[in-house]
Amino acid sequence: MWETFLGLYNYWIVILLMMAGFYIVMSRHNLVKKLIGLNIFQSAVFLFYISVGKVKGATAPIVEPGISSYSNPLPHVLILTAIVVGVATVSLGLALVVRLKEAYGTIEEDEINEMDAAD
Amino acid sequence: MGEHLPILQVILPLIAAPVCLLIRHAVLCWLIATLVSWVCLAIAILLLLQALEGGAIRYQLGSWVAPWGIEYVVDRLNGFILVIVAAIGAVVTPYALRSVAEELPERQIGLFYVMYLLCLSGLLGITITGDAFNVFVFLEISSLSSYALISMGRHRKALHAAYQYLVMGTIGATFFLIGVGLLYLMTGTLNMADLAEQLKPLAGSRIVLAAFGFIVVGMGLKLAVFPLHLWLPNAYAHAPSAVSVFLAGTATKVSLYVVLRFIFTVFGFEFSFVGQPFGPALLVLAIAGIVVCSLVAIYQDNVKRLLAWSSVAQIGYMLLGLSFATALGLQAGLLHIFNHALMKAGLFLAMGCVVLRLGSCRIEAIAGVGRSMPWTMTGFLLCGLSLIGVPLTAGFVSKWYLVLAALEKGWWPVAALIVLTSLLAVVYIWKVVEAAWFRDPPGTAGRIGEAPLVMLVPLWIVVAANLWFGFETSGSVDVAKAAALALMGAVE
Amino acid sequence: MIEHVVLRVIAKLLAPFIVLFALYVQFHGDFGPGGGFQAGVIFASAFILFALIYGVENARQIAPPAVAQAGIGLGVLLYAGTGVAGMLLGGRYLDYSVLAHDAGHGQHYGILIIEFGVGVTVAAVMITVFFTFAGRRGVLEAREDTGVPHDGDDER
Repeated sequence: MWETFLGLYNYWIVILLMMAGFYIVMSRHNLVKKLIGLNIFQSAVFLFYISVGKVKGATAPIVEPGISSYSNPLPHVLILTAIVVGVATVSLGLALVVRLKEAYGTIEEDEINEMDAAD
Repeated sequence: MGEHLPILQVILPLIAAPVCLLIRHAVLCWLIATLVSWVCLAIAILLLLQALEGGAIRYQLGSWVAPWGIEYVVDRLNGFILVIVAAIGAVVTPYALRSVAEELPERQIGLFYVMYLLCLSGLLGITITGDAFNVFVFLEISSLSSYALISMGRHRKALHAAYQYLVMGTIGATFFLIGVGLLYLMTGTLNMADLAEQLKPLAGSRIVLAAFGFIVVGMGLKLAVFPLHLWLPNAYAHAPSAVSVFLAGTATKVSLYVVLRFIFTVFGFEFSFVGQPFGPALLVLAIAGIVVCSLVAIYQDNVKRLLAWSSVAQIGYMLLGLSFATALGLQAGLLHIFNHALMKAGLFLAMGCVVLRLGSCRIEAIAGVGRSMPWTMTGFLLCGLSLIGVPLTAGFVSKWYLVLAALEKGWWPVAALIVLTSLLAVVYIWKVVEAAWFRDPPGTAGRIGEAPLVMLVPLWIVVAANLWFGFETSGSVDVAKAAALALMGAVE
Repeated sequence: MIEHVVLRVIAKLLAPFIVLFALYVQFHGDFGPGGGFQAGVIFASAFILFALIYGVENARQIAPPAVAQAGIGLGVLLYAGTGVAGMLLGGRYLDYSVLAHDAGHGQHYGILIIEFGVGVTVAAVMITVFFTFAGRRGVLEAREDTGVPHDGDDER
């Protein structure tokens, strides 16, 4: 029981991070905090991909003489792409927050909603 | 050159985008974007014709053989979607010249076309690729550029709408990524055709079921399925007019295509509809979406927002066709994808013309505009009739097939509901028509002229298409039927 | 932070080594861990470090925004152009095997070139993103000083 529970520790970490990020996105009204939550949520998925690419007893996928088993490099490559997408998303999101702050004078979503409703 | 068509479809706009970034000159960028959009349309039509005649076209990137390399596949279904996306792009770019020049500051116009080209490339890429992870990459290319496009709207609400769409869209895309990751975990492959093979013996697996859930919910967010649609009305209402036209005609359709591709080709009909109550669940969401969003649309006082709510309701019709899980229902849904792209593009094009002249599209502001802009508002009226589903318009054809599909299943209450909810469309379209034609223009307003020809011509091309495809139905119906049968046939 | 002598000296000493390390990661990427993405970010970090210590204005003179923005486009074009070159030489898009006399060398050259394209774009994007955010500070403060927080744009 405990063996399987602890043996899957990477999934537990992923689930914990994912839910924490998701909760922040939904519960916070501060636009920057929402983005941070979003980033944590995405990072959890990155960890998930990378951890499933690990092969037990294998090394990093760099060709060396005398080594026969390598971890699966494909998830790493996929996640490299996804990380870049994540960076782009966060910087675009922050750019929008800067513009929102300039336009509304606040980064609290409920205050922005009030101003939107008043228009 | 013929064999390279699938890749040219995607890389032409992808290469044109950095070229525009280097040039930055508004008119030159517009010229490039227009040329590229038209060439893309020509390529899409050629690809569809090839796929209809000779079956699926496959293209291996870098000559790496599938399932190891990335493969682009054009079959009847995505050839059809490619034509829709490229056609809307080809109509929007000539229109954008005046509309964008009016609504955006000078220094942003070059960047607008960069973003537009990236978005076009992303949408075409999602449609054409046969690789599950590649879908995610193109999805993010198109999403990130559409967030930027929406934020270019003039009012500050556009920023907030773009931010909300960014958060929701990223959650959707990340859900999709989790789903693809789970599938990779189970099968070790990302190629869709290979995934379908590898998943067959795994039908009972809970992980595959979880992957199915993540992918459908994730794409449902991008698709604006009824309870996940909250980003859409604001995004379409506050985006620059040309962007509203482009996104309303393409973005949700492409997301729906991804859902179709995954549930039919990758997971298979058996897994999706027989093994779990996916059809009934979709039916409930579709009907709730149609009824609720049509009602909400009636109470909007900004016409673009009204049309956006109507879009969510129309997505309900497409899903309704899908939820029947029959070839006829699927055909009706596919037909509605095409027809809805036509009518909603036409309606938003007309509203773009009004915004150009009036600077607003609120109901009280457009009072009497039918008299000063007769061509624009006649176009709006005709597309509106198509949206309602009046005979001899494109909208009628898809509603007709939807009713037929419902009756084929013996679900006459659903058929009645399709007809009844069309009456709701009558109400909200009438609201606009009444204000535009039967109210006196506000006394303060000066004399305004008809929209410029570069905007009227695209509008009337779309209007003519609405009438043509309502009258001469064989073309669109046959392609939709071929695509539907190919999807259903792929599962046997 | 220009008044801190330690930071100033260290930053000045460190910057060239960061750039050198970026180039190592870039061009050693086909023998060991590395590649365009990582190299681009490391390269940009040298400029960001410089900007943090010596001020954005001084950094802008080393890496003018126009140059950085051109880099974004040129890097992508280099990547896409390599793909098209493969197509023109008789292969498929991004087929590097046809770039040289034999497939092995072709693959080698192809990866080297496209990774360089990636590196240029990533570095340029990172520098542009940083400068754009940093340059925005003045706008915000100016608005807060005048006490006019909102854009009064009319409803469209």
